[in-house]
Amino acid sequence: MKKGSALTRSATSGAAPPEQGAPGPGAAPEGPGPTGPSRAVRVLRYLGGRLFTAAVSLAAVLVTSFFLFRILPGDPVRAMTEGREVTVEQMEELRRQFGLDRPLWQQFADYCLGVLRFDFGTSYQYRVPVAELIAERIGPTVLLAGTGTVVAALIGLVLGTRAAWRRGSAGDRITTAVALTLWSVPSFWLGLLLIVVLASGVGWLPGLFPTSGMATPGVEGAFDSALDVAHHMVLPVATMVAVVYAQYLLIMRSSVLDEMGADYLTTARAKGLRDALVLRRHAVPNALLPTVTLIFLNLGRVLGGVILIETVFAWPGLGSLFYSGLRVPDLPLVQALFVLFASAVIVMNLLADLVYPLLDPRVRT
Amino acid sequence: MSSHEEAPLLQVRDLEVVYRTAGGSVPAVRGVSLTLEAGSKLGVAGESGCGKSTVALALLRLLPKTARVGGQVLLEGEDVTRMRWGRLRAVRWAGASIVFQGAMHSLNAVRRVGDQVAEPMLLHGTAPPGGVEARVGELLESVGLPRWRARSYPHELSGGQRQRVMIAMALACEPRLIIADEPTTALDVMVQAQILRLIDDLVAGRGIGLLMISHDLSVLAGTCDRLAVMYAGRVVEEGPADEVVAAARHPYASALSAAFPRVGDPASRMAPSGLPGDPPDPAALPEGCSFRPRCPVAEDRCSSTDPDLWEAGGADRRAACVKVLAAEEAG
Amino acid sequence: MSAPTPSRRALVWARRRAAWGEFARIYASNRAGLFGLAALLAAALVALCAPLFIDPAELDVTGGPGGRFEAPSADYWLGTDAFGRSVLDMVLWGARISLTVGFLAAFVSVALGTVIGIVAGHFGGWASDVLMRVTDWFLVLPSLVVAIALAAVMERSTLTIIVAIGVTAWPATARVVRAQTLSVEARPFIERARALGGGHLHVMKRHVLPNVMPVVLAQTTLLVAEAIVMESTLSFLGLGDPSTISWGGILQDARNAGAISSGIWWYMIPPGLAIALVALSFTLCGRALEGVFNPRLRERR
Repeated sequence: MKKGSALTRSATSGAAPPEQGAPGPGAAPEGPGPTGPSRAVRVLRYLGGRLFTAAVSLAAVLVTSFFLFRILPGDPVRAMTEGREVTVEQMEELRRQFGLDRPLWQQFADYCLGVLRFDFGTSYQYRVPVAELIAERIGPTVLLAGTGTVVAALIGLVLGTRAAWRRGSAGDRITTAVALTLWSVPSFWLGLLLIVVLASGVGWLPGLFPTSGMATPGVEGAFDSALDVAHHMVLPVATMVAVVYAQYLLIMRSSVLDEMGADYLTTARAKGLRDALVLRRHAVPNALLPTVTLIFLNLGRVLGGVILIETVFAWPGLGSLFYSGLRVPDLPLVQALFVLFASAVIVMNLLADLVYPLLDPRVRT
Repeated sequence: MSSHEEAPLLQVRDLEVVYRTAGGSVPAVRGVSLTLEAGSKLGVAGESGCGKSTVALALLRLLPKTARVGGQVLLEGEDVTRMRWGRLRAVRWAGASIVFQGAMHSLNAVRRVGDQVAEPMLLHGTAPPGGVEARVGELLESVGLPRWRARSYPHELSGGQRQRVMIAMALACEPRLIIADEPTTALDVMVQAQILRLIDDLVAGRGIGLLMISHDLSVLAGTCDRLAVMYAGRVVEEGPADEVVAAARHPYASALSAAFPRVGDPASRMAPSGLPGDPPDPAALPEGCSFRPRCPVAEDRCSSTDPDLWEAGGADRRAACVKVLAAEEAG
Repeated sequence: MSAPTPSRRALVWARRRAAWGEFARIYASNRAGLFGLAALLAAALVALCAPLFIDPAELDVTGGPGGRFEAPSADYWLGTDAFGRSVLDMVLWGARISLTVGFLAAFVSVALGTVIGIVAGHFGGWASDVLMRVTDWFLVLPSLVVAIALAAVMERSTLTIIVAIGVTAWPATARVVRAQTLSVEARPFIERARALGGGHLHVMKRHVLPNVMPVVLAQTTLLVAEAIVMESTLSFLGLGDPSTISWGGILQDARNAGAISSGIWWYMIPPGLAIALVALSFTLCGRALEGVFNPRLRERR
């Protein structure tokens, strides 16, 4: 919502209705000609503003990630060695090894310089550079989160549109009730249930899907491997979709309802369009605007959710890495993942800002 | 269809529209009959809430599901209220199109106006051999817009330009009837005059029937051949436009036309000037004549009789007032 | 009310009673909202009365009265866990922590969000800009990740969980409250209060806050649902207080005890159902409240 209004404001601040495309020679517009800066300048200014905001947010994430794990009560070294017998000398040694004995500002400077070079330090736990760990695990997470988001968005948009179109019907009520219920279910629990019922097998029902992991060892060949991964993905994706699609459904339903009384839909019906076409060609493109923005903005939650789902299904991605890092706790690793997750959201927000004008001509200036 | 030749372009018979709401049934239109010959222009006037826009939407069955429609709407002899859905969709726009009020919201904000003008042609298969794009260009030029405007979005146009696009769109399938629902409301006076002239020219040049609806009697008087004045869901006076404006028989119609002479004065748009009170709530109409509470010349018998339309002096003039009836009988 | 000239106080009360009656009537027209309210009252009652029929000693790992993983029976309706404790008793007892954390966390975040929202809306200018920038930035952070990080860094206690949820959930409230504050402050009575010499604090406390409260109430209800799920998530990840019993904690125990692979469904299903039911109830109540306060929404649902 807030994105939409901000964009509209920046869009309407132009002095005159902008020219669309290149008018033919001699084709004078009826209204006053554009008096503001040229279109290219405005586009660049818009992009520049968005990029600057994103950069400030990223910097703030960097600062937070550093101080959050250092200033809050708790000593990293003590946390690192929690539950183990260590001498004071050993702790001092650890401190020196990880540069924790140096002044805070120096640590911060090192940290920032490191991040700029994609150097997040060495994992306490795995004793390898954090960047390497991340590079290894990022693919599976993107695969899982991406598939889940696309499927959830499609289901949510289609069901939400249908629910709005038949508002108040039994179908609408059931759709909404099911969505709200699934939304309230903790995703990790739903995942566990699916494992019990569909993977471990209950009674006469055999295990249909693998309980964990991403691939069966020993499967070879591109096609067979892809099929194997897809087989492993079914339950995690299903869990994610079940918990996530509800919000898309609710947003889409209320956006379509917002459009339902609109005059242009009466025009469309008066033209002789079938209801399905009125919906598809006219109501949905308008209703999509707020929904698509919110899908992008919600990617943050999706990432958080992925941590749980990967943990439950032992999916070898960043989420399970984060979880394993937490248990140690492996500060460089957790810190880097925190930065990564937060930046992903910021980048997605930036993308939403850049995609929105493509969808809404009123903002495209 | 056998009566095709003789039947008038549009004949509305005893049209009734009742909205079902949580608070009960609300009659919005109560027995309206109108006739429009091919190529002629009929104006429907009245305050907001008198049911005139409901009539417009009922003609093509565009009312919401909560509305129950009675009576007949004969379009070239064929009853629209009984058409099958497929036939109805074919008649919409190709047989009769609508120019809606406030073109900002009547156009889809996220689609180019050219596509919106082309849409009914593609849908009804009326695109000429020269191609849809060329035809859209022609249509835009005929309403005074440059061809390249087809690539614009509605928000890039002024209010008058959007209304021109609406008119171009209404002409797209060359319908026999155009319904214009408050086509000039929300436009400033100069643009209003341009748009009215444009509608007038286009309709006259192509032999299209025009049903124009407005709260502004001056707009209708300048454009239409005949006028029907509506009050509380009924036609209370009907006749040739100049006669109705010059010498209205129904006290409501004369109150409306009292505001007429000052063309362009914003006050004249607040019709009717000098008439006290508000139009009645359709859910709670008064006993007898529904205009009685506001009528300057009401009598006792007005609270018991609700008069029908009567012949009121001269050809084609009718009014729904007991005084008219009395005058006719006396004369 | 029978007094010929009712006192001012009586008038105020009559007005309040009428407003409350209207509120109850509209709320009652939402059946899902009534269901949610009933379920919540039941859950709250269970949480309050749990000590009356459950002996806390039996919930200790060493005090379990039954055997290991007993299937549901007449004695233990929902069976027992690895330490012979009654799963039913644990789930009922868990309502105490889950509801407490849910309410307190929602309270913390709503209080924070309300203060920031009202201040930003009331003062405007650069203060508002700065506050809203900060709010937007927090809104962008993935809340679960931040909560996990906070809970991981601080010591493991119920308070940590409350703080972690409260700190991450406030920006949405701040946005809503600011918008509402702006619309309230545009009304004429605020101008009158200012003209009569009302200071900032007076205007915010006596005029803006009461008018913002309905929105805040609906927001709180929705947030409690979120906080309860969040609490169970953090506990499930092992970030909760190990010495208390919460629904997420029971699920973590169940998973660690191998309940999934050995099919001990009675250990796993009840806590999850409890979380879902309570979260759903709060969501339904929140939506019903939103409907009461926002007629446009009411028509849509």
